[in-house]
Amino acid sequence: MNVVVTGLGTTSPLGGDVASTWEGALAGRSGVRTLDNDWAELYGVPVTFAGQLAVRPEEVLSRPETKRMDPSAQMALVAAREAWADAGLPEVEPERLGSVVSSGIGGVWTLLTAWDTVKERGASRVLPLTVPMLMPNSPTAYISLEFKARAGAHAPVSACASGAEAIGMGFEMIQSGRADVVICGGTEAAIHPLPISAFAAMQALSKRNDDPAGASRPYDVSRDGFVLGEGAGVVILESEEYALARGARIHARLLGLGMTGDAHHIAAPEPNGAGQTRAMELALERAGLSTADVVHVNAHATSTPVGDMIEARGIRALLGAHADQVLLSATKSMTGHLLGGAGALESVFTIKALETRTAPPTINVTEPDPELEVDLVRDTPRALPEGQIAAINNSFGFGGHNVALVFGTA
Amino acid sequence: MALSNDEVLAGLAEIVSEETDIDTAEVTADKSFTDDLDIDSLSMMTIVTLAEEKFDVRIPDEKVKDLVTVGDAVDYITAAQA
Repeated sequence: MNVVVTGLGTTSPLGGDVASTWEGALAGRSGVRTLDNDWAELYGVPVTFAGQLAVRPEEVLSRPETKRMDPSAQMALVAAREAWADAGLPEVEPERLGSVVSSGIGGVWTLLTAWDTVKERGASRVLPLTVPMLMPNSPTAYISLEFKARAGAHAPVSACASGAEAIGMGFEMIQSGRADVVICGGTEAAIHPLPISAFAAMQALSKRNDDPAGASRPYDVSRDGFVLGEGAGVVILESEEYALARGARIHARLLGLGMTGDAHHIAAPEPNGAGQTRAMELALERAGLSTADVVHVNAHATSTPVGDMIEARGIRALLGAHADQVLLSATKSMTGHLLGGAGALESVFTIKALETRTAPPTINVTEPDPELEVDLVRDTPRALPEGQIAAINNSFGFGGHNVALVFGTA
Repeated sequence: MALSNDEVLAGLAEIVSEETDIDTAEVTADKSFTDDLDIDSLSMMTIVTLAEEKFDVRIPDEKVKDLVTVGDAVDYITAAQA
């Protein structure tokens, strides 16, 4: 069964919706800035910047919505409403509508704020909505409530691959006949002193405190770690048959999905990238495409010294000499790393790239890694070819989770 | 100093409004939490928890089911303060 994308939504460090986020990406703008708080002074948090949302959810949601939902669910709901409206508010039977929206970490603000309450004011002051707010399936559950998605509400968790895995699961819900329409995506709201301290303890974060906008620099020789970002991305997937029957506008096709596990290390990727490459291979195979059909890759590329080149070598190994004709974009250079939201936001970027035939830029690359053997789009967008074209969106997560999604033009 | 019935009502109306987006003017003593204000049990427990903190009183869980109207809650809180 063919699966098409009919709706897109996001709230990101570049903008409160898809139009402003895409415009920001094409302009090569950075959404990363210094945090407006005293966490460094109070707790010694070593990183003082992040990719913070351009539009806070409380600016667009009602007061009760912001009180009942963790920020991760709030962001997901903002993105889902935009995507649903963009899809033309499908009048789908609830039993044929699914929701698959993931988060890598879950309601970390709720969990830790409630613990502060226990310590400072006692157990009796813990609010009764704490559990439904902190559970990582909260975003998908709230979305299923709002849109009456009764075919199933899921939240596959695989760290930074969660958003992509959610889209993959939505794809499979449609292909297996469980649903006609699925709201899928990912969200993360983890700009809190604890996750920052914990990622910093792993030496995973950039410490470029004096240059926040220049800190996320995938493939640059001086990259020193990822930049934490927050936000959500949502796509509406539909069976092609259903979309055509209701006259929906089709942004792109979701052609293939490849998922593998490294079984190598709890956090480090396999040094030869075999699992990542195999995910891309499987996705192309399932799409019925050859490597020559691929014109664009939205890389996972988080700006870590080791990870970026493992993926890049894998892309080169898979595509061979054709890699010279493939435009590679690392949009985390502008948004930071949305963890569980990353694969979803980057799917939105990949779909927009195909739809507008424009590959977004990678910023902050002043000196590319000499080992990089793929055509990297730097600083300004570049045109993608005419005709039927396809693109890969890669997402990898701590734990050895590898997800590759292959999208094609409508 | 203990607050008057009207002061407790005003304070409780603020909590209810924050939780539900219902205008404070709508939160009057005769309104039923469930039938008139459409407040579910989890929201009710949230309102109770916030009210306990705001008015520095203890509202036992088994007492909550007897607080049918806003007026019931105001009376209970006013008496508990004394």
